[in-house]
Amino acid sequence: MDRRKFLTILGSTVAALGSAHLFSATPSYGRKLGTLKKAYTFFTQAESEFIEAAVARLIPADELGPGALEADVPYFIDQQLSGEYGAGARFYNQGPFGATTPYQGYQLALTPRQLYRAGIAATDQYCEETYGKRFAQLDPEKQDEVLKGLQGIAGDISLKDVPGTTFFNHLLSDTKDGFFSDPAYGGNKDMIGWKLVGFPGVPAMYMGLIGRNEPYHVEPVDLRSLQEAKAPVDEHGHVIHRRAAIPRPTTAPTSRPVDSSNSDDSRPEPSFAV
Amino acid sequence: MTTTLKPVDVVIIGVGWAGSILAKELAQTGLKVVGLERGGNRRQEDFTLPGIHDQLKYDRRLELFENLSRTTLTFRNTTREVARPMRRHGPFPWGEGVGGAGLHWAGWTWRMTPWDFQIKSQTIARYGERMLPEDSTIQDWPITYDELEPYYDKFEYTLGISGKAGNLKGEIQPGGNPFEGKRAREYPNPPLKRSYGETLFANATRELGYHPFPMPAAQMSQPYKNPDGVTLGACVYCGYCMNTGCEVMAKAVPQTTTLPVALKTGNFEIRTHAAVTRINTSGNRAISVTYFDGQGRELEQPADLILLTAFTWSNTHLLLVSGIGKPYNPATGTGVVGKNYSWHNALPYIPLYYDEGHIFNPFMGAGALGTVIADFQGDNFDHTGLGFIGGNILAAIAMGHGPLTFQPTPPGTPSWGSEWKKALAHYYTRTIQIIGLHDHLSYRGNYMDLDPNYRDIYGNPLLRLTYDYGPNERRMSEYLVSVGDKIAKAMRPSKYAVYGLDAHFNAGASYGIIHQVGGAITGTTPANSVVNKYLQSWDVPNLFVIGASSFPQISSFNPTGTVGALAYFAADAIKNKYLKNPGPLVPS
Repeated sequence: MDRRKFLTILGSTVAALGSAHLFSATPSYGRKLGTLKKAYTFFTQAESEFIEAAVARLIPADELGPGALEADVPYFIDQQLSGEYGAGARFYNQGPFGATTPYQGYQLALTPRQLYRAGIAATDQYCEETYGKRFAQLDPEKQDEVLKGLQGIAGDISLKDVPGTTFFNHLLSDTKDGFFSDPAYGGNKDMIGWKLVGFPGVPAMYMGLIGRNEPYHVEPVDLRSLQEAKAPVDEHGHVIHRRAAIPRPTTAPTSRPVDSSNSDDSRPEPSFAV
Repeated sequence: MTTTLKPVDVVIIGVGWAGSILAKELAQTGLKVVGLERGGNRRQEDFTLPGIHDQLKYDRRLELFENLSRTTLTFRNTTREVARPMRRHGPFPWGEGVGGAGLHWAGWTWRMTPWDFQIKSQTIARYGERMLPEDSTIQDWPITYDELEPYYDKFEYTLGISGKAGNLKGEIQPGGNPFEGKRAREYPNPPLKRSYGETLFANATRELGYHPFPMPAAQMSQPYKNPDGVTLGACVYCGYCMNTGCEVMAKAVPQTTTLPVALKTGNFEIRTHAAVTRINTSGNRAISVTYFDGQGRELEQPADLILLTAFTWSNTHLLLVSGIGKPYNPATGTGVVGKNYSWHNALPYIPLYYDEGHIFNPFMGAGALGTVIADFQGDNFDHTGLGFIGGNILAAIAMGHGPLTFQPTPPGTPSWGSEWKKALAHYYTRTIQIIGLHDHLSYRGNYMDLDPNYRDIYGNPLLRLTYDYGPNERRMSEYLVSVGDKIAKAMRPSKYAVYGLDAHFNAGASYGIIHQVGGAITGTTPANSVVNKYLQSWDVPNLFVIGASSFPQISSFNPTGTVGALAYFAADAIKNKYLKNPGPLVPS
């Protein structure tokens, strides 16, 4: 039974607010590639250029503020790949490897490190062969085309050595992880990701607030400011949030018929581990 | 070279809810009890601020869950396929370490209903034999709800469950679940506060004529002292509940309830990093267990009584590798070990997206903060002509969601780029989730056995799972999606979606619902079960197998409440029947 048969979507009643400056947005918060301040321990020079360029397209700097590049997400991914996660230390890696069905999960004989190394090289090779340039040297529109091709929603790029979709899904998932995990892990610099969505971060006492239909605009707090005792606390040692100087504005996305040009229309990631 | 250790009275394999309850109950009688736990130690004081509030560590890297490099299971949808290992955690990761699943759980603490215990006979009585779906292997429990009621009560009071009774001694109570079985007394604590999203759900479902009530939660709505004298704190709705411990001791876990009491007796010792590889038998007696410790030594621990209280996978796996009981064969339908595996996932899943005038602040919450209807659960509605049996509980939840795991965007939104970013920034605080947990029948082809191709690091074959959704679940999905659609419309969001079951179970899907049952099921005879009603092995009477592995099928209710009740029920039988006269408690 195809779940999509049951998918019901109500049309939005909200008027379109403003115009979406989607991929043409000027990354005014952006930095020039290759000028970041920390050191990479896993990525080679060419790989770091790829990653910086790719994350800047996946979560771009735009009118809503800085994106994944400005949030140091490339460093987050680099550190993750340098560590236990990159080594696949907690994954079952024994063979035999062989034919699988689409329902058996990840079955490549590659650790995350190996997957990135092979995936970046194969994508750059594809770009060289198709456009005569590596991924990082393409203009943003071309980069988006390549990413959609890898994702399998437009163009269906087949890479040598590694399934493009598997590589892309890793890259996208790690980029989002780096944008929203605690800055202690090298990404989410200045809590850019948390400020974007209005997440208050680490400390949390909401007995008096739960149940209210009210915005909660505060300056988020991260692990480091708590460990260094820089966050204000009450007599019980619980952090007191500071009201945000400027409430976070958002506008509802325009509700024109959805342009699914880069939508994979996948089931949204629910969060209900019970 | 195996070293044989000094015998003890009782060995417990797996120190989670079931193991810690049995340890407490038996150590209090003066018996010497050793608990073997293959994971590491986890103490309450390890769960402190600020480090505990770390989504990457606990929710994404799954710190408290199985290290799959040591062992995993293999998976296939049907016997025609070659099973492949779950190399990474998928929709149902499983825990390891002291506390087990009882440490990382969300705290939804349900009782099953009388119908759940008699699913087969009540279906036949109301609709006739032909309502039983083809190839389903469901069976009644040998235990009734009424027999288990005092033990549910004991578990709920040990944990300090926050909730509202719906049926007190046969009298329906306003605000509770009117469909629940009779309970002897009210919950020990009042319900948690209700989140704003739940209020919308409660109002909408009440308008539709349904009966919303608060989820029974293992988070304390107020400070609580349990009957064993242990004190728990009040929930602060911090939102970091699932997949980790609780820094204010507001979530009932073995570390905050049963374990300290068991350890205080002086008769209970926990050995961590102790991976049991075999239960050794001689004739029809279990004589010892073999395990590897953290130093790589192979040790043999003799004991008079052996309690297998690990997770569903491990209980079944250890029986199979130890050659205890006859393995189930789906081709012939004979054998019992590994039979009647079932699992349930979300059916339906309904995200609702609002724009003006509604803010839900998803980071505020508690693991079991939810408002529920059971109007479509079990046989609470007439199934005549519907073509399926069973149903679901449907809950609006405020479990506490940081943006690392909760990234709601309306259907059709791209999964990256500026449009995604804009949608997420807007909807993170304006989205609520409703999920259903559904009955899932057991089928002839859904089972566990030993894999012929893959091994764990101790040299044992991996457990192999063969599983897919059955025809009953597919028809149920169609119906429950239509119910979900009606409720979603009544809640008047700007946008919503209602998702039913996918085409097949997918081991590569993201983390959802953990509940695994079956494999060492309880029944009335050795031909239809692995254990008798007291969870005692039919083949080896000094071995008890306690946990969700004993469920003949999964119900729509999370299993932990029933696992806890069964643990107290089995402890009672061991203390008051078995120890007085060691031997089979039910004639075979």
